[in-house]
Amino acid sequence: MTILLDPTSERTVAGRALAARPPSLKGKVVGLLDISKPRGDVFLDRIAERLAGEGAKVLRFAKPTYTKPAPVDLRHEIASRCEVLIEALAD
Amino acid sequence: MPASAAKKPSLPDGLVAVVKRDCPTCALVEPVLRELQEASGRLTVYTQDDPSFPAGLRAVDDRELEMSWHHAIETVPTLLRIERGAEVGRTVGWNRKDWEALTRVSGLGPSLPPHRPGCGSMSVDPDKADALAARFSGGKIRSRRIELASLEDEVESLFDRGWTDGLPVVPPTEARVRRMLEGTRRAPDEIVDAVPPDLAPASVEKVAINAVLAGCKPEYLPVVLAAVEAACTDQFNMHGVLATTMPVGPVIVVNGPIRRAIGMNSGVNVLGQGNRANLTIGRALQLVIRNVGGGRPGEVDRATHGSPGKLSFCFAEDEEGSPWEPLSVERGVPAGASAVTLFSGEGTRCVIDQKSRTPDSLASTFAANLRALHHPKLVLAFDAMLVIGPEHARVFRDAGWTKARLLAEIEARLQIPWADLARGAHGIAEGMPEHFRSETLPKFRPGGLLLVHAGGTAGLFSEIIGGWQSGPGGSQPTTREVRP
Repeated sequence: MTILLDPTSERTVAGRALAARPPSLKGKVVGLLDISKPRGDVFLDRIAERLAGEGAKVLRFAKPTYTKPAPVDLRHEIASRCEVLIEALAD
Repeated sequence: MPASAAKKPSLPDGLVAVVKRDCPTCALVEPVLRELQEASGRLTVYTQDDPSFPAGLRAVDDRELEMSWHHAIETVPTLLRIERGAEVGRTVGWNRKDWEALTRVSGLGPSLPPHRPGCGSMSVDPDKADALAARFSGGKIRSRRIELASLEDEVESLFDRGWTDGLPVVPPTEARVRRMLEGTRRAPDEIVDAVPPDLAPASVEKVAINAVLAGCKPEYLPVVLAAVEAACTDQFNMHGVLATTMPVGPVIVVNGPIRRAIGMNSGVNVLGQGNRANLTIGRALQLVIRNVGGGRPGEVDRATHGSPGKLSFCFAEDEEGSPWEPLSVERGVPAGASAVTLFSGEGTRCVIDQKSRTPDSLASTFAANLRALHHPKLVLAFDAMLVIGPEHARVFRDAGWTKARLLAEIEARLQIPWADLARGAHGIAEGMPEHFRSETLPKFRPGGLLLVHAGGTAGLFSEIIGGWQSGPGGSQPTTREVRP
């Protein structure tokens, strides 16, 4: 019988249920996160326009650089202020 | 279930002496030991360095230092009295009165001086102590044990669990991991850093397990640990290097005496196959990122093409044959110290110039080839590493060009006119955005070109390794000293 040592972090990934899909965006706070790739703003400007037309309140966020994960404070701010988030990856 | 939670081996009843030949006091008491065996017949001698010492006493071989470690021997000679398996008395060094009291034999060693201090036990030698502790302390290996079913093939089971990079790996048994841990003085539970992308903490032990998987020898482990440290810095940004759609991975350049000590290749086929240290060190780092960090292709790793170097990309600089200071020294590591430098790099591209015999001509060749890196119309965004072959380096040595001179000459040749860079110029949409507009732009940011000397002694070639997004917003070359 062979016994091997586990090479992984031995973490168990926590399962989280998706938030319920809102029936309408009217009156909802929608965050738009620009990961700071070129022209991501072009895409998000148009999305912001469309969302505002549907009665949503739009908040804009941006990562300092697309090469690194969003800083923890930014993630916290988004989570505490928004009900819905759209992330834009563009080139 | 710590399978090998080492049980303390017991000493035989009677008198026990622990000695080594290399200790003058042990040699001094040799006749006393013989006298005691004749008198009591219940003396057992353990020897730490030479089983034929003391002659004629049939000493027990403790070169593995297992007995010495478990019974906390700090000095040789140590004389113990054991009754019903338990130690009831001990004395260290040579002291006639103490020896007589412990042995209950009088008139010991009449021709010897009354006392003489002993020597250090090999089991407390600072070079060995941590490795012995890692080996004999049993419970210190903390990783989950995975018991394979009797019909399971070891190598296949590792593929099935997703722990390989696509090539077979060495099964990480506890014995192999313990041997690997002997390659460092660092404790198995020391946390090296949080490994991207999951930012999972990697202990020295987890790195050692992955080094076993990769096929490393224990003496490579300090280099792997230094590479993991460098990879986990915000400066190197392993998360981005992994997540990018570009084909880059960590390229490890090793400098200093450890290159020779562990048999790394810096010569013929330096960037190719065939050298165990080069190949397995680079592979171990990638396996740490995969297994501890959770970075797998198609998940956080989004590379469009990737590159063969993402299996392993590690080599040593040829310092002995170089006209210049080593990369590590240029980057602030003291000469004579060993270090790794990590560079986020793609594959290699050969620069051929078999005609240039002047440094100016060869610098122009380098500049012309480097200009096309990633796209001839994109500048300042990417670093590069130029691996200069010995036959090319000779041209600069003969001309007395320093490394700084060569870098400055290449830089001067890579000031590119805006007319060649603007989007749309030369009928190519790709190019620099308008807000960069300037009369000329340099291809590389300051410090964005690294020079390394390596390769076989025949061939007027060098190699370009292109980088990824450069600077603080991307990945910056990162150097770490190798610690034992």
